[in-house]
Amino acid sequence: MRPLLMALLAKEPAHGYELKQALEQIFGNAYPSPNIGQIYVTLGRLEKDGLVRVVDVEQSNRPNKKVYYLTAAGRESLDTWVDEPTEGPRVRDDFFMKLVLAPMTGLADRMTLINRQRRHYLALIRDLNELAERIDPENRVALLLVEGAMLHLQADLDWLERCQEDLS
Amino acid sequence: MTSPVVDTVNLVKIYQNGAVPVPAVRGVDLRVAAGEFVAIMGPSGSGKSTLVHMLGGLEARTSGEIWLDGQRADTLNESAWALLRRKKVGFVFQFFNLVANMTVADNVELPALLAGASAREARQRRQYLLGELGLTDRADAAPSQLAGGEQQRVALARALANKPSLLLADEPTGNLDSRNTRDVLRLLGEVHRDGQTVILVTHDARVAGLADRVVALFDGEIVDDGTIGMARRRPKATVGDVVELRG
Ligand SMILES: Nc1ncnc2c1ncn2[C@@H]1O[C@H](COP(=O)(O)OP(=O)(O)O)[C@@H](O)[C@H]1O
Ligand SMILES: [Mg+2]
Repeated sequence: MRPLLMALLAKEPAHGYELKQALEQIFGNAYPSPNIGQIYVTLGRLEKDGLVRVVDVEQSNRPNKKVYYLTAAGRESLDTWVDEPTEGPRVRDDFFMKLVLAPMTGLADRMTLINRQRRHYLALIRDLNELAERIDPENRVALLLVEGAMLHLQADLDWLERCQEDLS
Repeated sequence: MTSPVVDTVNLVKIYQNGAVPVPAVRGVDLRVAAGEFVAIMGPSGSGKSTLVHMLGGLEARTSGEIWLDGQRADTLNESAWALLRRKKVGFVFQFFNLVANMTVADNVELPALLAGASAREARQRRQYLLGELGLTDRADAAPSQLAGGEQQRVALARALANKPSLLLADEPTGNLDSRNTRDVLRLLGEVHRDGQTVILVTHDARVAGLADRVVALFDGEIVDDGTIGMARRRPKATVGDVVELRG
């Protein structure tokens, strides 16, 4: 979440709740939105690392508001994040390890593992189909996130089939 | 209790490759109730196409039984099969099989006309289906003038022309880009909601995601058969279950 918050702060200084709202607005309901506590914990860490700084802004008839802004060091760190090549998303190799190792130790047979995993992927796909129906059609970002997740699941299914062909 | 729409008993298909027997389907018992949406999955060569072709009477079985709506079907001759298909089975071939010297519109209207629909009914149904699949302006084209993905959608429209109670399809989105796949998915979802039974072979995750049941084939046998539930019991799934944004 660190680079996300820093990127939002590079646009303009903001307080924690505004950052949460901005994330929700951008990703819609496609991505789990962090709770306000997580946002403040992350901001606290960024502050400790000198990447953001906080000022108290006085408000009439209300307690002071803590507004965060990006420091020069924060800007540099954000530039590095943008410029460096991006690692692929999480590779779920845990299943593959099970598939290779479990039969050796007699813990499970491959066909059972593959069948269970296929059903799991299909259930996730159903979840995504249902999620896509709830997304505001104007929210291209959220829809692309769902499409990306779908394509990952397609690759997972294809890989499962390859494993079945070659290991059975 | 009403009979299952499809019921096979120890269904076997052995092709003859010269002198070499090639067992493609080896003892399949598959029972599908009315209104189910079944995805048949499995690696290439596992017998998926052979199975659905037998269910549609397009390939003769070697042994075993096929029952459709409680009626024994595997013993029918070709013309009786043709009649049965006309009445209640729509079939989408992997390689379309459109009639080359007829327009797109005529390809789609023909099954309805053969089944006794009036010219007006057949035309309205055709207009609706081509519209749903984004093919309205291709109605007067010949199949050979169409791209692969367009031919595939015409093949689906043709299969649905008679509102068949059973739709059989062999990789119906194999040649489509994502936009056209969306149209096909929408139409398949509608067919399912209307209570028609759907059995389709697919590798496509989005298509399989419409199914309520998956049947996995391997080496001509069913190795898995079960309903697909929701992965998360909590109501609000997100893509976070699949991809993790860094940070
Ligand atoms: N007409 C045919 N003659 C001989 N062998 C065939 C014929 N059609 C399919 N086969 C063989 O039967 C097996 C199953 O084929 P198929 O049903 O097409 O599998 P899938 O659709 O799952 O890829 C394969 O080994 C294939 O080579
Ligand atoms: Mg096939």
